[in-house]
Amino acid sequence: MGGRLLAVVLGLATVVLVVVGTLWPVSAAAAYAGLGGASLERSSSTPEGAVNNLANAMSHQDWQKAYSLLSNRREFTEQDLVRDLTGSYPSLRTYATLDNFQVRPLHASNDEALVQLRLGWSTVVGTFLDTRTLKVVRNGDRWAPVWPIVKEPRIPPQVIPVTYLRWDVIYRGPEDDWGAQDVEAPHVRIVDMHPIERAAGVVVLGELLNEDVVPAYVSVKATLLGKNGAAIASEDSFDKISHLLLPKEVTPFLITFPNVSLSDVDSIHMDPTSSLVAASADPVVEIQDQKLSPAPDASFSGNLVDEGGEIVNIAHVLGTFYDKSGQVVWVADQYVDRALLPQTPVAFSIPVPEDLARKVSSERAIVATYSPGGFQ
Amino acid sequence: MSPGRTFLLASAMCAVGFPAAGQSGQLDLPKNVLVGQAFSIPNAGNGQGVLYIVGPSEALRIDVQPGQAIVIPAGDLDNAGHFVAVLSSGSSTETGEFDILPASQPEAVSFLAKPSRLPVDLQSGITGAVYVFDASQNLITAPTPVSFQLSVPSEAVQTRTVVTKQGAAWTEMNSATKEGNAKFVAQAGDVSATRVIEQVPGDPCALKMNAKKVGEQIELETDPLRDCNGNAVTDGTIVTFTESWNGGQTTVDVPLKHGIAEAQVPAINGARISVATGVVMGNEIRWSNR
Repeated sequence: MGGRLLAVVLGLATVVLVVVGTLWPVSAAAAYAGLGGASLERSSSTPEGAVNNLANAMSHQDWQKAYSLLSNRREFTEQDLVRDLTGSYPSLRTYATLDNFQVRPLHASNDEALVQLRLGWSTVVGTFLDTRTLKVVRNGDRWAPVWPIVKEPRIPPQVIPVTYLRWDVIYRGPEDDWGAQDVEAPHVRIVDMHPIERAAGVVVLGELLNEDVVPAYVSVKATLLGKNGAAIASEDSFDKISHLLLPKEVTPFLITFPNVSLSDVDSIHMDPTSSLVAASADPVVEIQDQKLSPAPDASFSGNLVDEGGEIVNIAHVLGTFYDKSGQVVWVADQYVDRALLPQTPVAFSIPVPEDLARKVSSERAIVATYSPGGFQ
Repeated sequence: MSPGRTFLLASAMCAVGFPAAGQSGQLDLPKNVLVGQAFSIPNAGNGQGVLYIVGPSEALRIDVQPGQAIVIPAGDLDNAGHFVAVLSSGSSTETGEFDILPASQPEAVSFLAKPSRLPVDLQSGITGAVYVFDASQNLITAPTPVSFQLSVPSEAVQTRTVVTKQGAAWTEMNSATKEGNAKFVAQAGDVSATRVIEQVPGDPCALKMNAKKVGEQIELETDPLRDCNGNAVTDGTIVTFTESWNGGQTTVDVPLKHGIAEAQVPAINGARISVATGVVMGNEIRWSNR
């Protein structure tokens, strides 16, 4: 009897929860259910509602609908809008999906309003934020956003001669005698390394130099050893490093050990690895106007300029920050969401932890570039 | 002979009674035999029998006629090592042991030369190790002189002679002061093996850049980069130009091309421009637009 009552109660509770969840879904559930970003579709009778609807359409990649909601459609085509959001050339944006968005009213009058739209894009290398400030205008009883279009420059068809070096490698074959030579792996050296303690755990920072005359594919692995000599944890630098190093090039690296306390660590075993890979010295990317903005909102920003003739689809900027004694105090990185076109500056901005930003005396940036067909 | 067949033969030996329950004796065998050489085993028995010879990766089965010496033809036993012979004839079994020794004349060398690429002017930077083998690929364990020669065009040949210990000899050599491919030869008897060691320039010895204004830009160019032995630094080496001014910085990493690195940075009055490659710093220029 008691069991039957329990079953009936559980059944009723389930039905009630299903009804509540359907009528008033939490935003995360709505997003999973494909109901659009962090918010459901709203009426365009308010500026926030209009921007919300626009973002919803974007999250569904319903570009036609998104375009139709705009009030400044005469200024650009639907294709321009799509290119603005997904990139004219293959880039991180091309492979990104709108994960979430936030609508924040800034100012409103009877006929015009300013609304900030923060688009959180999700990619395989993490998320990036695209913040736009939209003017929203009243049109009768409805509001329509004015999209601040960003038109990516188009490069005209042309031939750009480049004469940079390229390294190709022929390895020993399976038929060779065991005593036969193989190509030597590049010689790399850690030129700086030290651990610091952060809230998330222990972080091992440093720099790695390719001291050879050939390109190297590099990685760094660190093992924390406890007071009894036993390994506490082992991690590698993953993407907090520039994996391809040309001769005499230096990359920073950062290895994170979550939930480990530095007081438990007695020593650290570093294991840098390198292998010889085919590579090209092109493209050269200049980093212009580098600037470290102090706290609050400390950041390292600048512009990337592709000085080669090849379009760089994905650029990864790694910033190394040094204190007055020249020791590395932090390593931060950012993937640039737009493709680098020849001689066209693209901005980057890397957040820097505020407590560390105060210690920074100098900084250095390097760029790792990726294009279809492998490492560049 | 395959290991499987060796196993079958060994099993067969056990099957014929090794050690046999009947009469047993000692075979009259030579103590040592050179690999590949023919030899004979006296046979005073008066019945038909079978001789088994088992050694490293090798086994033989020979039918024996009464009263005839048993001849092991040249080339039948190729592997050096310790062998066991068992002659089974009727109810009697005779056994013996002997060693097949490797030939003293080297016919092949395995030459390990490390590294295949290294900077110039490095003391004891090159290592060569040689294993000496006879015609049947047996390691020659008897002391054998091995000559190592490292030669580079325009420099004296480095030569070392090392006597093998237990079949191996090794040496260390210095890399030359001039870049280029070195020929590293190891010779034992009449056989030799050659490896090529690539000797590459070292770190730049002096890094100096010059600057001139071109329009709104400063054109930076290094002097041809050379290491401390005068070798041109390899093209493709990354050179970093850094321009710093009050509150800003521009950096550009460029590869050397024809021994020179070039870059353009904005012409900013009062900017400090520095150059570096790897851990080597170059000169610094303070730019003035006047």
